Formats: sequence, structure tokens, C-alpha cells
Amino acid sequence: MTTMNHPTSSSSEPMVRLRDLSVSFSGGRKPVQAVSGVSLEVRRGEVVALIGESGSGKSVTLRTLLRLHPERRTRIGGQVQVAGRDVLAMPARELDDFRGKVASMIFQEPLLALDPVYSVGAQIVESIRRHESVSKAEAHQRALALFERVRIPSPERRLAAYPHEMSGGMRQRAMIALALACKPQLLLADEPTTALDATVQIQILLLLRELQRDLGLSVIFVTHDIGAAVEVADRIAVMYAGRIVEEGTARELIRSPRHPYTIALLKSRAHGALARGARLETIGGAPPDLSALPPGCAFAERCALATDACRAAQPPVVELAPKHRARCIHTDAAAAIAPTLVA
Amino acid sequence: MDALKDIGGPAQPLLTITGLVKHFPLKKDPLGRGGGVVRAVDGVDFEVLKGETLGVVGESGCGKSTTARLLMQLIAPTRGEVIFDGREVGGRELPLKEFRRQVQMVFQDSYASLNPRLTIEDSVAFGPQVHGVGRREAVARARDLLARVGLEPQRFAERYPHELSGGQRQRVNIARALALQPRMVILDEAVSALDKSVEAQVINLLLDLKAEFGLTYLFISHDLNVVRYVSDRVMVMYLGQVAEIGPADALYDAPAHPYTRALLSSMPSMDPDHRTEEAALAGDPPNPINPPTGCRFHPRCALAAPVCSQVVPEPIATGARHAASCLVHEAGSGHPMAVPLARAA
Repeated sequence: MTTMNHPTSSSSEPMVRLRDLSVSFSGGRKPVQAVSGVSLEVRRGEVVALIGESGSGKSVTLRTLLRLHPERRTRIGGQVQVAGRDVLAMPARELDDFRGKVASMIFQEPLLALDPVYSVGAQIVESIRRHESVSKAEAHQRALALFERVRIPSPERRLAAYPHEMSGGMRQRAMIALALACKPQLLLADEPTTALDATVQIQILLLLRELQRDLGLSVIFVTHDIGAAVEVADRIAVMYAGRIVEEGTARELIRSPRHPYTIALLKSRAHGALARGARLETIGGAPPDLSALPPGCAFAERCALATDACRAAQPPVVELAPKHRARCIHTDAAAAIAPTLVA
Repeated sequence: MDALKDIGGPAQPLLTITGLVKHFPLKKDPLGRGGGVVRAVDGVDFEVLKGETLGVVGESGCGKSTTARLLMQLIAPTRGEVIFDGREVGGRELPLKEFRRQVQMVFQDSYASLNPRLTIEDSVAFGPQVHGVGRREAVARARDLLARVGLEPQRFAERYPHELSGGQRQRVNIARALALQPRMVILDEAVSALDKSVEAQVINLLLDLKAEFGLTYLFISHDLNVVRYVSDRVMVMYLGQVAEIGPADALYDAPAHPYTRALLSSMPSMDPDHRTEEAALAGDPPNPINPPTGCRFHPRCALAAPVCSQVVPEPIATGARHAASCLVHEAGSGHPMAVPLARAA
């Protein structure tokens, strides 16, 4: 194939380009609109965190990048491009080659993601040999090097271990090794540290940061924990009810959030600077029903700044600064209620 | 059902735990190998004062949830004593049923802890009926409580657990815990599974209820920020033992135990310009089956000295109502950083 058929080789091309992505699931009583119009770009070597609460569509967006949803019950609209390739148009065979080789995923619960009846080493060897024609011995050597890379102590012995024989942090390292086995360019991380203790979480976050830097990976990191996002991400996109409501560099998003939902999220955290007994600022109400989304801003019902215009139509995306966007018509008023969090 | 009376006066601790131990035996394989015990809780002493919130933090496997279950007598302790307001739990003066009316518990999994076949109103009204309240009165009280925790009875009383969101279910669990008008509530990771915005609502509710009903809380969580925010005092556990206990602000601002320091510096920085550069602790928490000798934290401790693997540290006062089990603070312990005995005396 010539370079023209391989847009992957162009380095100005973003690693991930989502255009107006919408995902809905049928099968329940009413179809559920999990993602409605997400546009996002991730450059090569960039780390973007998608944050949001349960049901915000962050994991659904991530899984769409590998087409992991059940085909028959899922309707996907819009464009999904990874490394210049149209993921939605890929035939099954090409999709198999793509998964693991170009883009790879790590999950929240490695015990469910890893196969319980094979040793971890065997799973890595299988993955390598699925994608590359190398001997078993060579694949084993690479698995060993990967285990050393993710700093698993006594790696040779641990390769022979089954997932249930490892501790939580060790399993997460093993899953990262498996995800990196075929040298992907894009790593998709779905809440990889949520189930871990704080002391182990920070180790895994630092490991991800180091691997990303050394291997030049693009990473999309899905989490509900702003603190974890700040530790790893260059940019943060905040999702609510299937839309990205605010997007900016980690610094801007923490220092000068402009969407009322981002602001409310930051304010509702209990943090060290907060006096005991002072009430936490809460977001009243609950997230909207995804099978009956309102025509206007989905957050309006819970928003202190909402006006009739918010409820009437989808607010447009407002460009606040280069790379800082919010989907809100009251960003100026929101600036006044933004918290001053970090010094 | 009468309101519960204070017995020993405000100065007497509501709960006194002495020498609490829980060992879970391990099964031997057919050849008789293995066996041994999991030392889930291994010699824990503490008090919970009337009207305070005692926070409990630690990594998984440190014994914080086992401690809660031992307090509720959901599992029998191997050894140790639980005294509630001056009376021994399970003794003649305070039978188990009576104790459990006074102490209630809220669990992490809001769904698993509700009976799926009972409407939430029936769930909340169930406990009081067991304790001899008539059905009509119990239901009326359940409706009051549901309203109090923010679930309008007209809309919610007849619903089943699966028809509610996680935050709403946890409110039901809180209402159920309060239905018996307890004096103390044990909250075992009660807000951990909730989304941040919902978590904040439930925390505010818990603080309001505490003030309204004069409750005492034992608040177990792995979220250090939340624990600081709700607790008067905090207890840090490590591998089945208490590493440090003290007033929340003192413990967070000036932690005395190296483990507490490591735990606190593992919290994400929330500052994009000063991200964490190094993990405070390497590796996972060790296994409570074969805990290290001496101080259990010594293999991961930055200050460990040879003596730490030989001597089990006792709790040493490091401030007002603040104690840490670390040889660094024990005069004459032989740790290079400890004050030698001669000078201390």
C-alpha cells in the first residue's frame, strides 16, 4: 500500500477524531441515548481525561473507539477515526487486527478483564502471536520485558501466575502489560484506578504517566475522580448526560472552570481546605433520564444559573480561550461562582 | 418503644473496645498443608465518645470493616471486649437484641443491603416491628423518616429498591438505620459507591441527622478527604492494628506515624502544576496471613531501623488525645530517632 492509503503516517493528523458521535442502545423498554453529539480530538502523545458521573457517557464513548458495544442493540452515528482509520466502517477482520495493535484498552476490574483459566504470561504471549509472527520463545521474552517495564517484582515467576493469585495492584500492572503487548499507539483506560487503594492508585497513575511519556502514547483516561485526572491528563473533558459540557487544559479546568456543572462538581468535593461543619455545596436533584432527554441543556434542571433560553434549545459551544470550550450560554455568570480551589 | 437513655453520663465513652482480635482460620488442603490464620483484627483498643464522629481509615485488608462487623457482633470476636455505655455487649445487662437497637449500621452496597421484595416503606418499618412497635405506628414512623431523608413518602414509599437510584437507596438505608432510634450508627463505606454530587448530598444529610438526633458515628472510609471533613477524631489502621489515633485536624496537619504520612501523601495533588512525582509507598498492602514481625509497617517504612522488625510498638501519646504506635516516639526504644531513655528521664 502506498502512503496515500495510509493516513496514519501523517503526524499532523490527530490520533483520535470524534465528530458528532451519538450512541443509543435499544433493547430495554425505551431506547437510551447514552451519547449525543460528542466531538473530540486527541493528538499524538496527548493524554485526555474524560470525567463525569455514572451515566454521563464517558465509558460508552471510550468503548465506541474499539467498537465494543453489542452490534445489534447499538446505534452509532457520527464519525470515529483512530489513527486515520474509520473505525465504524471496518470489516470484522480488520477490527480484530486493529484492537490491541493500534488501540488497546485497560479496564477497572482486571479480574474480570483477564481470563481466569490461563496464566497471565500465556495471555500476553497469545496476544503478541495473534498480531505478529514471532516464535513462542520470543513472545515470552517480550512478555518478560513488559513485566519488568510495568515493574512487577520477580517477573519470571509472576508470568506463570493466574490472575486470582495476584494482588489488585499487581493485576492492574499485568493488565497494562497485556494492553501494551503489541505496541499500540493509543491506550484507552476505563477507570483503571477506581477499585484500588489510594496508596496503590498513585503508583499506577505514575506508571501510566511514565509509560505514556516513554512510549509516546496517546491516552484517553476515563474517570469520575478529578484528582486522578489532574495527575495524568494534559487536557480534561467533562461529560454530562452524553455531551461534553466543558473541555480545556487540566490547568484551566481546575483554575477557571466556566460550565456550571464543572463548577458544581469541584465545589461538591470534600477537601482539606474545607472547615469541618461547613456544609458541602451540593448539586440538587439527579442526572436526567437518558431515555427522555430534555430539548435544551440537560443540566438546566439542576443549574442555579438556568434561564428559559437554556431549556429551549441546546446551548452552543462557546470558545473561551484557545483549547478551552464550554457548552453554556452563561459562562460569564458562571465565572463569578467559580471556586478558587488551589493556590 | 421508648427513646434510649444515656446511662453513664456524657463523660463515659459510648463504646469501649479492649483487646479486640479476630482470626479467620484458613482451610487446610487434603494433604494437611496450609492452614494458618488470617489476622484480620489483631489487638485493637479504642473508645468512641458520646456525640463524636470517629473516622476510620486504612488500605484494604487493614481490618476496618472487620472491626465494624465485630462491633455489631455480626461475627464473633476471637478475643476482646466490647463495652457499650458501661455495659458489656451480649451480657445480662445488655442482651444482643437490645444492643443492636442502640447501634445500627449502613453498608456500602445500597442494593444488596435492602430486601428486594419489600417496598422501601416496609423495609424501614420492619425493624421497629421486630422490636414490638405496632404496624401502623411503624409505617407512620417510616414515612416520617423517608420524608426526613429527602424521599417524599407519597412518591417513594411504595417503590421497590430496584426502582431507585444508588443515592436514593442509600437514603433508604439511612432511614432504616434510624427507624430504631439508635444512639450510634456505624457507616461502613456508606458514601463510597456514590457519585461525587450525590455523595455530597448524603454527607450533608448525615451531618444534619447527627445534630438532630444526637447521634454518634463510626465513619469508615477509604476517602481521606471525606473522613477529615466529617470526623472529630480519626483512627488509622494498618494490618489489623491501630497505627495512629487523634483529633482530625492534628492528625492530618501533623501526622505522627510514618504510615499516616504516606497515606496522606498518596492523595492526588489536585494541582496540575505540582503533580505528584513519587509514590509514598511501593507495592500493595501486605497480606494479613503472615504479617511482618515487630512493627507491621516496617518493610514499607521510610524510617525503619533494625529494631523495628523486633519490637512491637505500643501506642505513645504524641499530643492531646493523640497517640501513635511507632518506635520513633517511644523513648528508649532503640530506634535511632527516638529519645534515649536516660535523657527522657
